[in-house]
Amino acid sequence: MGRMIGILVVSLAVVLGVNWFLDSYIDQYVVRVINMCGISIILAVSLNVINGLCGQFSLGHAGFMAIGAYVSAWFTTTLRYFDEAQAKYVAIEPMFSSQWGFVPALIVGGIAAAIAGAVVGIPTLRLKGDYLAIATLGFGEIVTIMITNFETIGGANGLPGLPAYSNTFWIFAFVVIVVMFSWYLQRSTFGRALIAIRENELAAEVMGISASRMKVMAFIYGAFFAGIAGGLLGHLLQTISPATFNFMKSIEVVVMLVLGGLGSMTGAIVGAIVLTALPEALRDVESEIGLVGVRMVAYALVLILLMIFRPQGIFGQKELSLKLLGRLIPGRKSGNAGGEE
Amino acid sequence: MTSLLATEDLTIRFGGLTAVDGFCLKVHEGELFGLIGPNGAGKTTVFNMLTGVYLPSEGTVHCDGRLVNGMNPVQVARLGVSRTFQNIRLFDELSVLENAMTGAHQHSKINLFDSLFRTPRHYREEKRQRDIAYRLLEFMGLEDRAGLAAKQLPYGHRRKLEIARALATEPKLICLDEPAAGMNTGEKAELSALIRKIRDELKVTVLLIEHDMKLVMGICERIQVLDYGKTIALGTPKEIQNDPKVIEAYLGGE
Amino acid sequence: MLPLLETEAPGITAELILQQVANGVAKGSVYALIAVGYTMVYGVLQLINFAHGEVYMLGAYFSYYPAKWFGYVPETGEKPKVPLYLIGALFVGSMAACAAVGMLIERLAYRPLRNSSRLAALITAIGVSLFLQNAGQMVFGADPKGFPVFMDQESVPLGPIELANTKLVIIVVAAIMMTGLHLFVQRTKPGAAMRACSFDMRTARLMGVNVDRTVAMTFALGSAMAAVGGVLVAMDQPRLTPLMGLMMGLKAFIAAVLGGIGSIPGAALGGLVLGVAESVVGTWSTTYAEAVAFIVLILVLLVKPSGLLGKSGREKV
Repeated sequence: MGRMIGILVVSLAVVLGVNWFLDSYIDQYVVRVINMCGISIILAVSLNVINGLCGQFSLGHAGFMAIGAYVSAWFTTTLRYFDEAQAKYVAIEPMFSSQWGFVPALIVGGIAAAIAGAVVGIPTLRLKGDYLAIATLGFGEIVTIMITNFETIGGANGLPGLPAYSNTFWIFAFVVIVVMFSWYLQRSTFGRALIAIRENELAAEVMGISASRMKVMAFIYGAFFAGIAGGLLGHLLQTISPATFNFMKSIEVVVMLVLGGLGSMTGAIVGAIVLTALPEALRDVESEIGLVGVRMVAYALVLILLMIFRPQGIFGQKELSLKLLGRLIPGRKSGNAGGEE
Repeated sequence: MTSLLATEDLTIRFGGLTAVDGFCLKVHEGELFGLIGPNGAGKTTVFNMLTGVYLPSEGTVHCDGRLVNGMNPVQVARLGVSRTFQNIRLFDELSVLENAMTGAHQHSKINLFDSLFRTPRHYREEKRQRDIAYRLLEFMGLEDRAGLAAKQLPYGHRRKLEIARALATEPKLICLDEPAAGMNTGEKAELSALIRKIRDELKVTVLLIEHDMKLVMGICERIQVLDYGKTIALGTPKEIQNDPKVIEAYLGGE
Repeated sequence: MLPLLETEAPGITAELILQQVANGVAKGSVYALIAVGYTMVYGVLQLINFAHGEVYMLGAYFSYYPAKWFGYVPETGEKPKVPLYLIGALFVGSMAACAAVGMLIERLAYRPLRNSSRLAALITAIGVSLFLQNAGQMVFGADPKGFPVFMDQESVPLGPIELANTKLVIIVVAAIMMTGLHLFVQRTKPGAAMRACSFDMRTARLMGVNVDRTVAMTFALGSAMAAVGGVLVAMDQPRLTPLMGLMMGLKAFIAAVLGGIGSIPGAALGGLVLGVAESVVGTWSTTYAEAVAFIVLILVLLVKPSGLLGKSGREKV
């Protein structure tokens, strides 16, 4: 625990330094792409716990994001109280009108998403594979349809005017937290239990591992951080609408995971960065050659080719480490088969 | 001697097929008990009912005086019944050591908080599981392969790892489903010795399904023979060997 | 006169509900036409062919371009008489083109993955769907296209209610196509091969069934049915976009699950039930009508995953 706090303090200090550096010297557009990468990392790493470790193929991550985004936005934009002296509604001042109110708002958003995760997790326990995928997709769609029907939060037009609280510091602070927690989770009794369920559910149950409890836990954990990511995204874009969280968003996150290698956290991180930064880089290429839309076509083709030729993703289920890098460098002898399986 | 496991009129039907019919079984504590029968006799189905995988249509299963019917596999495991599978079900992507550690999972008292925040309890728990797992890998002779992925193990070792994993749950009763299937003569002899050691040294009662007559006759104290879902004989190896009904079932009468 | 389209009408009468049921039957017929493609492919390959909704979209576009030759755009006012055989040719052409696309998708994207995990196949299917949507936006343009009219919309009185003639055409054509498909699968030799493959592909191969050809045929048939749906919808609601297949595909898949995946009569029943349910809920709120399908999906999966007419299986331990 002491070591963990040490790592946390050092990483947060680094993030703070990076934040200062980016704000002072780097182009705003680039900073924005970096921030989007950070949010994608939170999404991909958290989904990896559900889809990669536990093997529960969920296509509902955007639904959890939407819940987190709207709930946290509710706190930062519309939470008011009735002030007797002024005889009108006033925003809760010191708490939610400053940066410091942002974290509690995010966490409440995360908790709301986690509750939704439990609600989704429990009934879908009986489903497996593609049926689970389609049911969670249905859940995500229901969430966006519900939001569309709530006029008080903007309905289909969306909710504008979110304060621009998200910055590199907050986003990467949560990146550090989710990466650290997920790494710890993966390398603990819990992580092994999740992998055991993925590998062979019946055998896990016979070993006394309650698959249903673990699956719900995985959903709660993943949904919590998806909710946080949603809140961060909302306060970065400053306007959220149901369309921001349609099921294409869920699919995007799944594709990040699959590209990196389902079950590999470092793979998820690499996948998130590549699939967030690459489309931005291709945007210029696209306008130069005058073929608008070719970017998304290429994206789809890469996905298909990846599944046909390397379905396990870039890293398979391995974690990227210095040792693995060493093995990948040609000319060095290694005992076991290295990066390839 | 008290009976650790007792079934009464255990019956299960799949649609119109009665797979097991009025099955009675009494396994005493500390016994090495064999359950044999031709292919399709319903032996594995019995195991599935004993371990909560299938719900019997009729009859009861008692373990250690407690009713097992209606329990799910997790609850049965907590009661102290563990098993292996005919078609090996290891966690292929986990290492050999981690496979065995999952067996020790059920006795852990940590929660998600401990894992995420790396509390002292987390480290204590990891050590406890690792110690149990390592001890059992040693017991099964797999300690020098602890770091390999389970899928890298050769066939015979996979069988042994499954037994080690089941033993890591610290059971009172272990149900072995054809542990010697696919092994050569040397491996079988080694396995016989190991099974005996499980009972003698670890004090775990063993219920064994096996096709290899020599192995069963060699180590089991009592044997029950199942054919078409019904018990046709029960007794010591010697009695079973000379039972005309058993001979007929195996050599195929009619 | 009663409103013909689904509206958020304040005064809800029994006639209005009945009217919505009739509209729902038309909507459900289209779901059914698309759902059979999902159900047949899932029956044979255990694959959710996510790209099937896009095949429906292509079906609409494939008929749009030839239709421009002999249809007319309402604004120009000119009204040429379109002979029936040309409309028939439009359907057949679109069906043939979609069947080819379906087989091509199977050959290029799914066949290489036949022996890999179902997850990889599912992700590939999502990839194919994305590909067709985006390629469609590049080729056809992202802006909606108005389908040329060659059948003036008229209301046909049916007892207390009225139904647009285009919706009647949908119901009749869909009923004929579905019956034809059912007979084909049940009565012919290639149909028997399909049933054999969906029962047990390995055994079917051992029995001399050409599995590859049967799978290709399954895709061709399903895609042709989706093409019929595409042309019918284009005639009824002349507004084509490259993303029109997305929701339609999802809902048709839900209809297939509702009816029992793998069953053709199930797909028909599921489509009709879903169409009617959506239409009736749409009497109150069109946005909540969108949620009906997904709520139905989750309920079916939880209560009876095998669907209304499906068979259930059990894992061997």
